[in-house]
Amino acid sequence: MKFKSLLLAGAFAALMSGTAFAQVSVKVGVLNDRSGLYADLSGEGSVIAARMAVEDFKAADKGIKVDIISADHQNKPDVGSTIARQWYDQDGVDVIMDVPTSSVALAVNQITKEKNKIFINSGAAASDLTGSACSPNTIHWTYDTYALAQGTGGAMVKAGGDTWFFLTADYAFGHALERDTAAIVTKNGGKVLGAVKTPFPGTDFSSFLLQAQASKAKVIGLANAGGDTINSIKQAGEFGIVAGGQKLAGLLVFITDVNALGLQTAQGLVLTESFYWDTNDQTRAWSDRFAKLNGGKKPSMVQAGVYSGLLHYLKAVEATKSKDPTVVMAKMKELPTDDPLFGKGKVREDGRKMHDMYLFEVKKPSESKGPWDYYKQIAVLPAEQAFRPLSEGGCSFIKK
Amino acid sequence: MFELLGIPPQALFGQVLLGLINGSFYAILSLGLAVIFGLLNIINFTHGAQYMMGAFVAWMGLNYLGLNYWAALVLSPIVVGFTGVVIERLLLKRIAHLDHLYGLLLTFGLALIVQGLFRNSYGSSGLPYQIPPQLAGGHNLGFMFLPNYRGWVVIASLVVCLATWFMIEKTKLGAYLRAATENPTLTQAFGINVPLLVTLTYGFGVALAAFAGVLAAPIYSVNPNMGADLIIVVFAVVVIGGMGSILGSIITGFSLGLIEGLTKVFYPEASATVIFIIMVLVLLVKPAGLFGRTA
Repeated sequence: MKFKSLLLAGAFAALMSGTAFAQVSVKVGVLNDRSGLYADLSGEGSVIAARMAVEDFKAADKGIKVDIISADHQNKPDVGSTIARQWYDQDGVDVIMDVPTSSVALAVNQITKEKNKIFINSGAAASDLTGSACSPNTIHWTYDTYALAQGTGGAMVKAGGDTWFFLTADYAFGHALERDTAAIVTKNGGKVLGAVKTPFPGTDFSSFLLQAQASKAKVIGLANAGGDTINSIKQAGEFGIVAGGQKLAGLLVFITDVNALGLQTAQGLVLTESFYWDTNDQTRAWSDRFAKLNGGKKPSMVQAGVYSGLLHYLKAVEATKSKDPTVVMAKMKELPTDDPLFGKGKVREDGRKMHDMYLFEVKKPSESKGPWDYYKQIAVLPAEQAFRPLSEGGCSFIKK
Repeated sequence: MFELLGIPPQALFGQVLLGLINGSFYAILSLGLAVIFGLLNIINFTHGAQYMMGAFVAWMGLNYLGLNYWAALVLSPIVVGFTGVVIERLLLKRIAHLDHLYGLLLTFGLALIVQGLFRNSYGSSGLPYQIPPQLAGGHNLGFMFLPNYRGWVVIASLVVCLATWFMIEKTKLGAYLRAATENPTLTQAFGINVPLLVTLTYGFGVALAAFAGVLAAPIYSVNPNMGADLIIVVFAVVVIGGMGSILGSIITGFSLGLIEGLTKVFYPEASATVIFIIMVLVLLVKPAGLFGRTA
């Protein structure tokens, strides 16, 4: 009799807690480039990564109902802002994920703060997101221009590349990347000889490359991304710039770019990323699952960042049993981060996600075993070294 | 040594040459548009997508069939030109008697569909295509390093442009074509098969776009958006040159490439807009374009 009532009580409690849990339902909006030059490195792949996060977290079993919606911001700040406002105001979106293209990310950052929601950025690079434009509602997850500059820029200067000329994509991201890299170059005793701002997106970079060539700088820093980087590297090879002794620094090169360039053209390129699919058993297993859902294409670090970021958000929702942005955000900053892709880390006060960054070199065609086998790791940058120190960011809500 | 606005003349030479190279793409593409507009009165917005298809067919030929660059240079325009023939017979023919706007919308829609299909299958970041070994490397001209391939692009497009001009202006076939442009009904009355002429002209215009696409494949990334980025500029070139003017489109193509190239040196930030500024100025002064005739 006693046993029976215990069982009943237990069942009742489970039922109650079940219904209590089920009350948390969150809506996630994945906002990125689904048709333009960043579509391969974010796009549908980021949505797949988000779905995988929900699946792996077993959200339904934990009583959290997750809806994922997505949209194309076309790399235009006005389009991105309109979608973000509509999502927050009418569609009940709680958290916006991804948002590559820094100019769009900065706009969404502002709107999210205004509406007091949560923005977990994976795709954009501008370090301003946790610096001059920082917001208590934003987490910058995967990488930033400061870390890229530290990684690739620092390595190039150490290897003797002490004079630089920049090819800079003419928008928020390019400007931030040039600024952060120039700072690292000068700090390490190098000199910046000049820079040219190229219209975004561009196709023909030969004219700008010729100007870079004429500058006689030892290193040509490519402060651009995606299709712009692909075209500049391709054309630099064509104009004999590398053969002439100048080195190219691809300051932001994604694995999808290397895939598009082909190893023949990309070999020897040094680049910085926070995630590579072939790092350990866990990343390989996850990436295999991802590739099956993504037409055989391996994940970029941006897509991996969406997975990892959403996983952490769901953990915070579970722990607080709430989706109140202030409560969840506090929890996200309090809980250490831990997932199979980025390992252990944390979210810093100013919204910077802290994890190690890796310096890779692109393999020669002879070293590669097949498609997507592209990188050799040459160094690990510990998080504290890779990212800008909290005190230097100039974030307004951080007490000095 | 004198300097022009802080640019040494040697560097300037290099930039002028680069401008010409880019101009050759504008020339060949705007020529195709001009030919099509001249006879069909269709503003062919699919042109960019057909240029992209040209590059993709070259890539497919290499990767699926092992066809090299030279084979692609011949085959790709034929294959893509044939799809043009199909499009003309199936779709454009049905709206031939309607206003320009219908053709524009139809071809624009087609372009979006084609680009979407390619993006779905091949992604947006592009595919690698190497420069053919015969044209790899380059020459040091003293003032600049000229890749052999770029030299080839200028020569190839000049030859194609001039041959097209010659064919249209100086041959019997060209005379039929021009007659059909002036007055299709009367030309047909003389026993010339005008509908066939129209179909072939569209196919030819499209083939020109595909030819430019193959030329572009080794130097720009082969990706589904490559045409969309270019086509707007090319339309501006056509408008500046005067819709339907053959020689006009060739000359404007090269000279605007040149102007754009120089802007990249003096004020790079404006290089994406300079052509449109010129377009506005030209339209204010000569609404029919530099070489166009007012109807």
